[in-house]
Amino acid sequence: MARAVTNQRKATNTLFAWAIGLLIFFPILWTILTSFKTEAQAINDPPIFFFFDWTLENYAAVMERSDYAKFLWNSIIIAVGSTILGVIIAVPAAWSMAFVPSKRTKDILLWMLSTKMLPAVGVLYPIYLIFIQLGILDSRIGLVVVLMLINLPIIVWMLYTYFKEIPVDILEAARMDGASLRDEIVHVLTPMAIPGIASTVLLNIILAWNEAFWTLNLTAAKAAPLTAFIASYSSPEGLFFAKLSAASTMAIAPILIMGWFSQKQLVRGLTFGAVK
Amino acid sequence: MATQHSRSAARLMMAPAVVLLLGWMLVPLIMTVFFSFKKYLPLRGDKLSDGLEWVGFLNYERFISSGSFWPSVQTTLVIVVSVLVITVTLGILLALLLDQPMWGQGFVRILVIAPFFVMPTVSALVWKNMFMDPINGILAHLWMLFGAEPVLWLSQASVPSIILIVSWQWLPFATLILLTAIQSLDGEQLEASEMDGAPKLKRFWHIVLPHLSRAITIVILIQTIFILSIFAEIFVTTGGAFGTKTLTYLIFQRVLDSQNVGLGSAGGVYAIILANIVAIFLMRIVGKNLDN
Repeated sequence: MARAVTNQRKATNTLFAWAIGLLIFFPILWTILTSFKTEAQAINDPPIFFFFDWTLENYAAVMERSDYAKFLWNSIIIAVGSTILGVIIAVPAAWSMAFVPSKRTKDILLWMLSTKMLPAVGVLYPIYLIFIQLGILDSRIGLVVVLMLINLPIIVWMLYTYFKEIPVDILEAARMDGASLRDEIVHVLTPMAIPGIASTVLLNIILAWNEAFWTLNLTAAKAAPLTAFIASYSSPEGLFFAKLSAASTMAIAPILIMGWFSQKQLVRGLTFGAVK
Repeated sequence: MATQHSRSAARLMMAPAVVLLLGWMLVPLIMTVFFSFKKYLPLRGDKLSDGLEWVGFLNYERFISSGSFWPSVQTTLVIVVSVLVITVTLGILLALLLDQPMWGQGFVRILVIAPFFVMPTVSALVWKNMFMDPINGILAHLWMLFGAEPVLWLSQASVPSIILIVSWQWLPFATLILLTAIQSLDGEQLEASEMDGAPKLKRFWHIVLPHLSRAITIVILIQTIFILSIFAEIFVTTGGAFGTKTLTYLIFQRVLDSQNVGLGSAGGVYAIILANIVAIFLMRIVGKNLDN
């Protein structure tokens, strides 16, 4: 017997959930609001919520001060570049593990995951040294490679779980029709795998965008992305709340929007398929 | 059925990923272990090309016996355990709430998930300045509203402050995963127990919680691995001062700030061992899941 949920109970739930949701979201909301205030209004006592003179001057100031476009461009190149490179390397690997599993497939998958668990700080100096030797310290290509390697296990895993869901019968049918391995991949598998690849790409761009250990430690003036740009506000500029807020809003806005689109796929990507 | 041909092709396709990850794992790891047995102070003229002095386990001993080691281990554990308790408890409650029928569920979900997408440097700075600033921060205003003395968050309550920031970042992750697990709960089973007149708390304890146990374990393991190595949250707030030096941060300071590579590498080896202990448990669970 299906129970009719009373409207009253639904209203109570709604009220609670919205209140808590807004509380959790508040730091972000506050940052966005503050970015449109003047510096004086930003530190007004008591705090002003909505009724202030909305201004864009902070955004202009941030752009002028710090060459924001350069940091943004670095972030885009590093996040997108490492993801694409990772996908190119991961697709064949995930494909073969999903469709031609061997006794060792499981071990290989787990081993790949285990490389993700190495604490970065444990290998900081060797990487630093190698980067200096290769002349790629503070270069975008260096970060593209490092972030690709960091996220490669997740990319392989996500793709693997998606590929696993593709019915094998279809591949066998194609094989019977004389399709070669290449045909199989290009004409049969790829179209079916595109949604999975797309969510993998999205999640990994987010992870790479927000990565804040290697991007802070391996960059200086040239290749620094937005994570480092924000860290430069640490002090004393951070006390200019409105400008800090404008800079922060610009750094998180693109990824917040992408994240909201990818939230359905998040769980799979973050739990390695262990929670469905 | 896989033929011999497709098997060797499969191996070939796996090769780039495997080789790259193997290199990424082994080369720096071997270097770290190598340095950990050497005296290596680049600023004092020690050069790799001149050969480094072999010091045995001296670095390991010195790292452990230094005054900052045990406090850093303690800080690390306090932060990890506190964040886990907070995010898992609140995550379960929040997931139960979000699972209820309501208006605008999708919108609330979006609000709750948002902090996960904020880059660590931004969340750390926003909390540090706009919330925890003792004069102009929101929390100071709130405290004064109730007539209380504003707290100097990042110096007087530095570790709780870091815990608050990190919990805010990870609560969405716990909630999202636990919500997914709750939604996969068999509705009929719940309804049957409801018909039997089982009280809500009992239902939660005997049906919902056991169903969630695996998801909870996974949340705990994954978060542990990430929270063990938080960096930016400390880097931009306290810089390791006021008792917020975690093991990760201590190693970072040894290696990059004071450029004592040998000592820092020994610390790195400890951190790797610590992370591996946690990782083994996670691997077991994920591995079991692969079988079915």
